[in-house]
Amino acid sequence: MLELYGTRFTSRMLLGTAGYASPDILRQAVEASGAEIVTVSLRRESARARTGQGFWALIEQLGRRVLPNTAGCHTAKEPIATAQMARELFGTNWIKLEVIANDDTLQPDLFGLVEAAGVLCAEGFAVLPYTTEDMSAAERLIAAGCEVLMPWGSPIGSARGLANRSALQTLRAYFPDTPLIVDAGIGAPSHAAEAMEMGYDGVLLNTAVAKAGDPVKMAEGFASAIKAGRLAYEAGMIEPRDMASPSTPLAGTPFFKIDHAS
Amino acid sequence: MQILLNGERFVTEATSLDELCAALGFADAKVATAVNGSFVAATARGNTQLTEADEVEIVAPRQGG
Repeated sequence: MLELYGTRFTSRMLLGTAGYASPDILRQAVEASGAEIVTVSLRRESARARTGQGFWALIEQLGRRVLPNTAGCHTAKEPIATAQMARELFGTNWIKLEVIANDDTLQPDLFGLVEAAGVLCAEGFAVLPYTTEDMSAAERLIAAGCEVLMPWGSPIGSARGLANRSALQTLRAYFPDTPLIVDAGIGAPSHAAEAMEMGYDGVLLNTAVAKAGDPVKMAEGFASAIKAGRLAYEAGMIEPRDMASPSTPLAGTPFFKIDHAS
Repeated sequence: MQILLNGERFVTEATSLDELCAALGFADAKVATAVNGSFVAATARGNTQLTEADEVEIVAPRQGG
């Protein structure tokens, strides 16, 4: 069972709420995914459109734990105020901390991230930092008080999967007791399964579901893949080998002649 | 008085953040606020005086990844 900041979850899939064709498709996709945590954001509210008020009603209907993000923040200061606004707005001290270094790659600014994480953890936030696979950043985030790390698979929305598999493997091996969630870059259910087979504790994704031809079916596909990957990790996979190894017993093979066996 | 509301110039007669929210129809809305880059809790809006050129952010829940 997945445990994050003292709360247990049955599902290991975290789903984003952005980019769906309609609120109804979003609602159906969340249900099909079985996700118990959905990510949300906050944006400027117009007095005329009042867009956020309708979205809040939808969030309440979903009945899932919300994980607000600080998407779009570039300095160490912006995410502090954003997290504080999110805490009041959504009534949760959980925050997906994003500090963006570069708009083309949307890669985390690890220096701003560590700084902001320190401030927010000290203020009592449960910080889930969107980070890279960098080990020193991971150590500093944990020292700052983060109990969960969310390294990227590849750039947000890129659908490239696990771009640096060996580094993610190292991170997993080095922090066996820290919940690790792959966040961003997931395109296919096989990417999610791969992360889970490596022993990652969960997968956070959005675009791969929201922009799929059939988001509801894709949400279910990801849920199955994440479950399959976790089962494989728990079961223990066999090691790959270079040469074939017959799975059918050799003993008693009909027409067997000893010289064929050499 | 002219302020910057959500990044745009805005003329208002409101003297406090609370009055500004009410004038915009946000009195009972699901919004959070910041002035000049710092968070202002809902309970502190009444005591938060606005001055010329203040930068006010009023935000609400939105879809996110």
